[in-house]
Amino acid sequence: MPPTVTLAVTRYRPEQESEPALQNYEVPFRKDWVVLDALNYIKDRRDGSLSFRWSCRMGVCGSCGMMVNGSPKLTCAAFLSDYLPGPIRVEPLQYFPIVRDLVVDITDFMRKLKQVKPWILRKEEKPLAEGEYLQTPDQLDTYKQFSMCINCLLCYSACPVYGLEPSFIGPAAIALAQRYNLDSRDEAAPERLEILSEHDGIWQCTFVGECTKVCPKNVDPAGAIQQYKLTGAAHWFKSLLLPWGMK
Amino acid sequence: MSAEAHYTPYHPKWYRRRVSVWWWLQKGSYTTFVLRELTSVFVAFFALVFLWQLRALVQGPEAYAHFLVRLKTPLFLTVNSVALLFVLFHAITWFNLAPKAMVVRLRGRRVPDWIIAGLNYLAWLFLSGAVAWILLRG
Amino acid sequence: MEVFSCDVLVVGGGGAGLRAAIAVAETIPEIRVAVISKVYPMRSHTVSAEGGAAAVIKAGDRLDEHAYDTISGGDWLCDQDAVEAFVKEAPAEMVQLEHWGCPWSREPDGRIAVRPFGGMKVERTWFAADKTGFHMLHTLFQTTLKYDVIQWYDEWFVTKLLVDEGRCQGVVAIELATGRVQAITAKAVILCTGGCGKVFPFTTNANIKNGDGMALAYRAGAPLKDMEFVQYHPTGLPFTGILITEAARAEGGWLLNKDGYRYLQDYDLGRPEPRPVLRSMELGPRDRLSQAFVNEQEKGRTLEGPYGHFVHLDLRHLGEQLIDKRLPFVRELCVKYENIDPVKEMIPVRPVVHYMMGGVHTDIHGATPLPGLYAAGEAACVSINGANRLGSNSLTEILVFGARAGKSAAAFASGQREPSPFVLAQARDEHRRLEEKFLRKTGGREKIATLRAEMQKTMEDSAGIYRTGAVLQQAAQNLRTLQERFYDVSLDDRSYTFNTELTAALELSYMLDVAEAIVQSALQRRESRGSHQRTDHPKRDDTQFPQHSLAYRAEDGPPRIEYLPVTITRWPPGQRVYGK
Repeated sequence: MPPTVTLAVTRYRPEQESEPALQNYEVPFRKDWVVLDALNYIKDRRDGSLSFRWSCRMGVCGSCGMMVNGSPKLTCAAFLSDYLPGPIRVEPLQYFPIVRDLVVDITDFMRKLKQVKPWILRKEEKPLAEGEYLQTPDQLDTYKQFSMCINCLLCYSACPVYGLEPSFIGPAAIALAQRYNLDSRDEAAPERLEILSEHDGIWQCTFVGECTKVCPKNVDPAGAIQQYKLTGAAHWFKSLLLPWGMK
Repeated sequence: MSAEAHYTPYHPKWYRRRVSVWWWLQKGSYTTFVLRELTSVFVAFFALVFLWQLRALVQGPEAYAHFLVRLKTPLFLTVNSVALLFVLFHAITWFNLAPKAMVVRLRGRRVPDWIIAGLNYLAWLFLSGAVAWILLRG
Repeated sequence: MEVFSCDVLVVGGGGAGLRAAIAVAETIPEIRVAVISKVYPMRSHTVSAEGGAAAVIKAGDRLDEHAYDTISGGDWLCDQDAVEAFVKEAPAEMVQLEHWGCPWSREPDGRIAVRPFGGMKVERTWFAADKTGFHMLHTLFQTTLKYDVIQWYDEWFVTKLLVDEGRCQGVVAIELATGRVQAITAKAVILCTGGCGKVFPFTTNANIKNGDGMALAYRAGAPLKDMEFVQYHPTGLPFTGILITEAARAEGGWLLNKDGYRYLQDYDLGRPEPRPVLRSMELGPRDRLSQAFVNEQEKGRTLEGPYGHFVHLDLRHLGEQLIDKRLPFVRELCVKYENIDPVKEMIPVRPVVHYMMGGVHTDIHGATPLPGLYAAGEAACVSINGANRLGSNSLTEILVFGARAGKSAAAFASGQREPSPFVLAQARDEHRRLEEKFLRKTGGREKIATLRAEMQKTMEDSAGIYRTGAVLQQAAQNLRTLQERFYDVSLDDRSYTFNTELTAALELSYMLDVAEAIVQSALQRRESRGSHQRTDHPKRDDTQFPQHSLAYRAEDGPPRIEYLPVTITRWPPGQRVYGK
């Protein structure tokens, strides 16, 4: 085990520089340190001007996503020991505009999330006094996986379609739409289908499958999208063959 | 690092990285993906060869014999072999990915991916065997 | 300077803040409501809560029992009228969240499932697998997206409350992406900024829990209540503070000191048995386990590592199969975030700060003594948690009091004039302060990280599990010195775009204020009650102290402490029996 390891970190200070560049920092090596700990060491002891996002340090808030040696990772779950001997390249999440150093702008995703109507939408609400909607454990299981998304956006950074066509609605937004479509309490699946059948919706996806590979919570957005395509195609056929049967 | 700001404060200057046209060479899985998409060209190629074969059949035994001769030339043998490899790759990746799209739930539990994929392979073997039996029997 | 305005401004986008925003939007449809948060709302610390949220819905459970468990667990420092309102409104709030889509775990017939939890005599804790807080926060956030009327100030850092004519009239905040300093005026402000665990070195809390709202209210003249009550969880990882759930001990884990000895048997907690026994040894009450650790440390029988003292939690004898089946999340957390495998190695653990019972003083409607200023959630102290919070009450608290504060703030705002233009002068002063004291300052010699570490060490040594008057007195002086040294802090980062060093400095100043309130409140409460244990005053004193402590900011020097009697309705103080 070496005593130190080198990190090559993207620095971009828009007030001084016109483009980002990598800067080397030497940090102590510890078996239980992750890349995020190394970044905090740099900020506390070497260079207080390094900006990055982080919060929970346990993989549930989704703040600390960055590119580590070219792959999108949660830096709180990327052990330095897995990247020896280094140098370890730490760059901002791919396919997002860089605001500063390792901070990217995610307003595009926030807008797309709202577009897919990620909430329970019903024609009629049950009064609170009547208690909870019944939902069996099996019904919960059908959408549970897609509800685990922490909005870390690693999937967007892994998706070449998003990189080439930034208008693509993206893996996480579609997975969250599916989460509500499959929730037995929701009734807005047709409405979401209309939104997601448009040009920048599910049909932009060519099933590269990288999103599922990098997802730290096993949400399987690629699976969500392909299943949605099946539903979408079936719906289209039905509307073609039985137009009077559709609501 | 106490430099004075030399620009108008509050002006956001985000940096947008350009995606290289060689993006698909940067990662093994990206390259595999692009090759997988290219297999569609070879599938189309086989479809065209098949149409050509049908046309030759309709035109009579002489035309069909000529068709067979053309197919046996070294050029065509090479092209067809390459196409076959790609089409096999196409089938294998398709079957392996099928379980992602087809979620089957039995008695409340999700049927494992390898069963769905396996069933596809079995169907493929069965159909291929049946076709081979019909063609090679007589 | 440009001015933004709204009717109700919610500071903090966690569970309480989002619930308050929805309540405002639903109470008065045309109202202008905004949520301002220094992080995107789905990053708020509500997301990491695991256990569950308590509410009475099962037959065989009664509201009075939930109330009694809460009051006795809080060592009779809870305001009983608040607790009664809380347990009464809890079930409807929880059903509302279910209607909004929260994926609560279910019984086979489709009804909500509940599970037992420490301190609750009847099973009433609703849960969503082992990620209740995560599901609650994401459900609330996704539901707020329904309301187009809610305006979002994402990644805006509030630096000051605007107060004029005796009422709160908005905030001054920095837009992190651009660095511009903006006044946002409002007719009512609701603080939902969470607790302040980062004041201590070992905490389950995220980096963002710096007591921002508590310090903002404190500086605006509102008092902080019951700050001395800090809740510890006995088993957390020493480096990251990640919580190792009680379930690990319930399944049979052992706590061992440096000699490999199950030390809890020395502390009146039973005899060591091979299988776990309820309420004995490793399943004893949390505060007794934390106290045993401190005693072991004083006897020199704990291990010392690069991050401080710790003991071992041994799960190896449980075997890989049982661990993977019953404690998969524990294994995942240790392996994924600290590179330790509980199947093969012992887990280093120590008591870690988990929750702040204290906070901004509010009444049962969420109103602080400053008109126009409201608070809810961990940032507030109503008080329903008293001297010791019962697990699974705080997730329900954010819903009940988030809604209450939202409704009261909306009602108040609709009766108010627009904020006066004089507050803009305050905002310009604040802008100047940030420029002069931080961004343009030359010659400072102190580093943020150094001051922060010294503050945390002071707090751990003085306001930890056991407290003594003399040590607290010394700590109060240390903190005063740190406050003065803070004026000498120097930043490497003088830029405007996403300057996280500036926010770290501002967060440190909030933490120093809050730390002083904690230490001073602890010094003046000369009794032991709940989570506040004084070795020099070991008994609970019901003649002098069934009172809340209120810490008021003093111009120069430590805070002034006053007292407020606890509201007692139906349950006179009794002996605290840990109910299980």
